[in-house]
Amino acid sequence: MSVPILNASGCLDALAAPEVARSLDAFVTKTITPEPREGNPPVRIAEAEHGMLNSIGLQGPGIEAFAATQLPRLGELGVPVWVSVGGFSAEDFALCSERLDAEPLVAAIELNLSCPNVDEAPETAAELVAAARAATKKPLYAKLSPAQWDVAAGARAVVDAGADGLSLVNTIRGLALDPVTLRPRLARAVGGYSGDALRPIALACVYACANAVDVPVVGMGGVSTGLHALELVAAGASAVALGTSLFSDPLAPARVREELGAEAAARGFEDPADARSISVVNSEKSLQIASNGTA
Amino acid sequence: MRRERLRVVGTQAVGPYTLVRLRRGRLQPGAPGQFFMLEAPGRPLPRPFSLCTASAGELGFLVEPLGKGTTAIASLDVGDVIHVTGPLGRGFDLDVARPLLVGGGIGVAPFPFLSERLGAPPALLGFRTAFHAEAAGLVPNATVVLDPVLVTDALPPDPGDVLACGPEAMLDALARVVPDAQLAREAPMACGYGACYGCVVDRDGRYVRLCLEGPVVRGGTHGSPTGPLLPVAGAADGSWAPAGQSPAPPAKEHVSDDASNSTVAG
Repeated sequence: MSVPILNASGCLDALAAPEVARSLDAFVTKTITPEPREGNPPVRIAEAEHGMLNSIGLQGPGIEAFAATQLPRLGELGVPVWVSVGGFSAEDFALCSERLDAEPLVAAIELNLSCPNVDEAPETAAELVAAARAATKKPLYAKLSPAQWDVAAGARAVVDAGADGLSLVNTIRGLALDPVTLRPRLARAVGGYSGDALRPIALACVYACANAVDVPVVGMGGVSTGLHALELVAAGASAVALGTSLFSDPLAPARVREELGAEAAARGFEDPADARSISVVNSEKSLQIASNGTA
Repeated sequence: MRRERLRVVGTQAVGPYTLVRLRRGRLQPGAPGQFFMLEAPGRPLPRPFSLCTASAGELGFLVEPLGKGTTAIASLDVGDVIHVTGPLGRGFDLDVARPLLVGGGIGVAPFPFLSERLGAPPALLGFRTAFHAEAAGLVPNATVVLDPVLVTDALPPDPGDVLACGPEAMLDALARVVPDAQLAREAPMACGYGACYGCVVDRDGRYVRLCLEGPVVRGGTHGSPTGPLLPVAGAADGSWAPAGQSPAPPAKEHVSDDASNSTVAG
């Protein structure tokens, strides 16, 4: 597949739904931390207008139990496995990355630098990437928050620190109130907002970063159709991930892949990847297409 | 996991509830207590419902229109088509010698199908009003109590094998009286198949996903966020949807909005 379809981290348990994982071009794990975590107390989920809020809080088995018990089973799925790692310090990111470095089943490591539901590490994103870079030779994808004024500057910083690619974007903080009591509907009040409303934000981030750095970008945020995926590709993404849409439609990967091909073909692209960065102003390709009158 | 577009073939008012009947397609009814995710037209997330009736070629769901999602589903017309995924989760263990169905409010939802599979065992159902109690007509051999009488007040001294569904407060009270009761719990969930980690309940100090480990769990599991093991700040604000109106003095009037109305129990 020219434009790989992945899941967004935390939006699929491949061991609970292996047939869904097998419909992807690569499976991205829920974020793994050094120690086991129970995550945040419920209520963890609230529907909002045009999307949903989650406050899961990195529930997971910890890196050792993950590597010992889950990773071998993930390897049996037959799809490349990307491991999302997170933590609360540069040391945490280094520890997880080092532990995964020798695991042949790990195709890439995604660094969750932007979980909206836990405390942040004191270091900058670039420092966290640098720590992971020093600990592994695996491909490193830096997952960035859309909640920064100049995401392109953030992208340059993490690429300079050794990131091989970018995952854009994580959820953005949101709040939902009970309409009667006017109290927060999530136990921890604020959660990560995802779904339809995130899509233009994700597009803007991919567009800005793909112009700023020359590394592959996995675009994600509100993708539920092939046209949404094609838009991210046009903004500069070379792969697309599905998040919230997997919750309502476990069969979305195959459908989106098929729609993506059809939407690209309808616009004269033999391969959806040919539309990459077509939206980027002044790019050679967009000028060429425009002059051909096929855009 | 199977997901299909199913056509509405009938809707029927049952007291304040609506029984929505869908042509089954290739979806299996599964075991009583298992649930399905129903598309809520116009809403971002589907809603979980346990199967209420499984007459030939159909799947029936009892819906209480409380929030936007449940109202959208209860407002479906014959001929409308929605996406349905399921059956999901773990249902009731039917290997029981002396079954007694105990339910409250919309928690009656899984009982028609359950009763059919168990050969019409006795049922004890609590409702807030006689209007709500019209739903008892869906369950054979039902004894009805009305607010302020509680189902736990009316429980026989030797209740046998209790299979229950209802508001969290009722299930917690039952679990204290009948420790091995099978309880159909509920929690807000986004996906229904283990992907989102949203529907966790506290089991022995660990958060487990109700959609995979349940929704039917044994008594003694603290599914309620007000349960004793992991008290949760802000959880008593009505964010959790009760499975139905409690015949108990309602701890909280149900707050209707969005996904919080989704009820695995019904």
